[in-house]
Order: sequence, then structure tokens, then C-alpha cells
Amino acid sequence: MASEKHGMVERRGAGLWLTHAFMILGVLVIFFPIWLAFVASTVTQPEIVSPPMPIWPGDQFWENYSAALFSGVNVPVMTMLGNSLVMAIGIAVGKIIISLLSAFAIVYFKFPGRTTFFWLIFLTLMLPVEVRIVPTFEVVAGFGMLNSYSGLIFPLIASATATFLFRQFFMTIPDELAEAARVDGARPMRFFWDIVVPMSRTNIAALFVILFIYGWNQYLWPLLITTDPEMNTIVMGIKQMFPSGDDVAEWPVIMATSILAMVPPVIVVVSMQKLFVRGLVDSEK
Amino acid sequence: MTFRGWLLPLALIAPQVIISAVFFFYPAGQAIWQSLFIPDPFGLSARFVGLGNFEFLLSDRFYRTSFLTTAVFSILVTLCSMVPALFLAVIADRLIKGSGIYRTLLIWPYAVAPAVAGVLWLFMFNTRVGVISWYLGQLGYDWNHVLNGGEAMGLVVVASAWGRISYNFLFFFAALQAVPRSVIEAAAIDGAHFWRRFFTIVLPLITPTAFFLLVVNIVYAFFETFGVIHTITGGGPQQSTTILVYKVFSDGFVGQDLGSSAAQSVILLFVVGLLTVVQFKYIEKRVHY
Repeated sequence: MASEKHGMVERRGAGLWLTHAFMILGVLVIFFPIWLAFVASTVTQPEIVSPPMPIWPGDQFWENYSAALFSGVNVPVMTMLGNSLVMAIGIAVGKIIISLLSAFAIVYFKFPGRTTFFWLIFLTLMLPVEVRIVPTFEVVAGFGMLNSYSGLIFPLIASATATFLFRQFFMTIPDELAEAARVDGARPMRFFWDIVVPMSRTNIAALFVILFIYGWNQYLWPLLITTDPEMNTIVMGIKQMFPSGDDVAEWPVIMATSILAMVPPVIVVVSMQKLFVRGLVDSEK
Repeated sequence: MTFRGWLLPLALIAPQVIISAVFFFYPAGQAIWQSLFIPDPFGLSARFVGLGNFEFLLSDRFYRTSFLTTAVFSILVTLCSMVPALFLAVIADRLIKGSGIYRTLLIWPYAVAPAVAGVLWLFMFNTRVGVISWYLGQLGYDWNHVLNGGEAMGLVVVASAWGRISYNFLFFFAALQAVPRSVIEAAAIDGAHFWRRFFTIVLPLITPTAFFLLVVNIVYAFFETFGVIHTITGGGPQQSTTILVYKVFSDGFVGQDLGSSAAQSVILLFVVGLLTVVQFKYIEKRVHY
């Protein structure tokens, strides 16, 4: 508590100012790359290619951002933003649904093979997509899912983190509730919809924040399976905007795209900060 | 307490099991299977070579170098993201007012994708237009990460560590806030000054968090930094930034050397397994705290 914190361990006067100064310096250093990207997205190409570039924003904001959004380099950035949105929401919602269901089955039922399934799911914790790219690519290509949303989403929702989180949480729901539901003759799915899902609201929201960012920030997987620029996501598409060979990159447009790629996840993180921190701490437990 | 029936639970668990089977276990099995073969150049047939791919890899100079590169890279990324984060968290913890604002400001970079972070840092250090490389030039230092392997490594390390500072800061800050004030005040009454209190009381109490972050950051450096490497250096110059995950990609997709790429996947699988075991051993321990 704040009042408890008042005491001999709190610095005052010069020390306090020094502490703030250090904090501000830290924040500035961490922010500098983003600031510079923003400045670059508001000036002209000639201003950038004759270094040093300006340190304050210019007046080309609208020109650069509309050039990026509506024409881009290979494909309008608008299209890439849409693809990223579908992918991120698809991964978050898909993962939440399948893990709510499987955690419910594992906690509230005894059925043949329960332990086996539990361990099978557990094993998937250990295998990031980066490790199994070639065979997973072959599977997805075999299904004809290259350049499709399902190809972007499905291979990435097979992970156990969310299942474990929900399992942990379901085990804290008092037994009496399930008992009462059974005595009342409620079917299991009724119990699931009326009690379990509403009680998990906060966990679902926290998980959504984490998974949205996870999905949005994917790079390697979209790079492999979206050969058609129309299906590129924004995070992987930025690199594709750099010319091959000796041509000079269109920096203002590229940096505008970088800023656009940051905006949605940053909004999610900052506006849902409490949920985000909670989700982060929970999902790492 | 449990409900009766077995058809419903099987139906409930089916989506996850099917997706895991199709996109997880089958590909992982394929990786293990393919690692035992060398496909002919036309992909028409494959010759069984047993552990030949592994033998070749382990005697391959480039692969061993890549192991070393990965080790150096992940140690540096872990240090460069944990030390500044701890420092900032210790300072923020001393403030009564304002630490919330700083936390909000520091959370930001976590949301920035590694690949986007790569582009931002590439822009600052670009040999032609980069601001920092230009100022370094004014100071008489000729920055060129395109040719200089050491500079390339430095750049990918900083770009990878940058967003991670936020993440580590959040965990350190939460751990520091959980240290009981009374313990610290008692030490203060006994005349222990700040740094002494920090090293003898606070640091031991946050060691579990620090160890947890150590493992998580190594996992991050191993597997999630692909975007940074791909955007900034493409593994170069002369493979000086080719970490293991990047090599799986470049041998498998660019070089089309499927047997070797599969064998590398299997080796990485073991590495992940090992790291996970370490992580869980530790979590088990933490439960008893």
C-alpha cells in the first residue's frame, strides 16, 4: 500500500528526481526506434536518403499513409491489414474454442483414453512451428491450403497452453456447482454454457489479448505459405516491400507500413493492459 | 465430480486432438522419418541412410558453427533484455507515484512483432540512410553490418532484445512489488543502505522470477527471433548470424536439402524438449515456495 511504502526506503528530493530522470531516460531510449519510424513515415524520400534524416515529423503524413494503404508496393497495405486481422482473430478465437471444449471434457468427464489424450495434448506444448516447418508445409500443401486463411490459422491453433490454462481454472470452480447442476437434471452442455463459460469470462478475455498478439506477430509461417501477395499478412509483407538488388527502398512508405503493423497490437495491449498482464502471467505459469 | 457418458467428452476433445494429430504429430513424425533418408535431386525416390544425416550434420563445420552462433546469440539476447529490464524495474519499484505511467509506456514494445522490430533497427543502422550509422560515421567509425559479421550479430541481438525488455520488466516489476515492505524496512532500520538491501534481501527473493525469465528468454532467442534475422541479415554475412532455426529454413526451403533440414528439425526437437523439462522442473519447485 502506498502509505505503507512511505518510509525510510523511499527516496525524496534529489534522489527522487534522479529516479524519475533514469526512468524517463529508459523510456526515451526504448521509444527512440518507434519515434524515428514515425518521423520517417511523415517526410519525403529525398529527406531520408540524404542523411541525417530529420528528427521531427514532416508534413507528408497523409501522402505516405495513403500511398501505403491504397497502393503499397506489391499489394495495398489495406489488404495485408485485413489478412492479419482475419489470421489473428481466427487463431485467438479458434484456440479459445477448441481448448475450452477439450479442457471441459478433461476436467468434467471420465472417459476411456482421457489420460492418453491429456498427455498427447501436453506434448504439443513442446513443439513450436519453427521446428517442424518443412513437413507441416507439406501437409498444408497437400490439403490445398496454401494461400488460404485456413492454412494460416489451423496449424497455429494446435497448442496446449490455452487448454492447460482452462483446465487449471476449471479445477477451481467449486464442485457444488456441478453437483447442483446434475441434481437439477441439467445436461453437461447446459452446465457448460450457463456456468462454466460465464465464469471463465475474464480468463477468456485475457487469453484473447495474448493470442491476438501471438497471431498478429507471426512471421515465418505466413512467409512460407502465402506466395500470393494478396494473402500476405502485414508483418511478413513489410520485408517483401524492400527491392531486391540495388534499388533504393521506398522508406517513407515502408516505415508507414511498419507503424500501421504496430497499431492494432499496441492498441490491444495498452487498452487492455490489466487483462494483458494477467494473461501473460497466467499463461506462463 | 464428473458427468457420465463417454461419447460427448470424446466429441468435445476431438477438435483439438484432430488438429494436433494433423498439424503436429504427423509432421513431427514425418520430420523424424525424413531425417533417415536422402532424397535424390529430382525428388522421385529417397535412399535410406539411417543416422547418416545426423553423422554428416555433426561433422559439418557450418552446422557446428551455427550451434555456436546460436549459443552466443541467445546468451547475448538474454543478457541484453534482462539486465536493463531489471534495472528499470528496480527504479520503478522505488517510486510511489508514476510507476503505473512508466509501466504503460514500457509495455508498448512488447506488442511490436520481432520482424517489425527488425525493420526499425535496420532502418537506424542502414549503411546508406541510417541515422545511427551516419552519426557513427561522423565520429570516424565506419559501420557496415552487411560486411562485418560482428556488427551484424550486435545488430540482431539488440533488435531481438529490445521488445523483450518490456516483457522482462513486467515480470521483474511484479516480483519486486511482491517483496514484503516490512522486510526491507527492517533491514533499513538496521542500517543497510539501498544496494546492500538489494543484493542481500531483494535479489534472493526474486531469483525464482529471474530463473524463469532466463529459460523463457532462451526459448525466445532460439525460436522466435527468426523474423529479426530474416529482415536484417538473412543469416549473413558469411553465415555469421545463421542461428539453428534459420538454418532449418534456409537448408529446407531455400536449399531444398530436405533430409538435412529434417535431421536439423529433429535435433531442435530435442533441444526444445530439454528446455521444456528444465522449465517444468523449475515450475514444480516453485509450487513449494
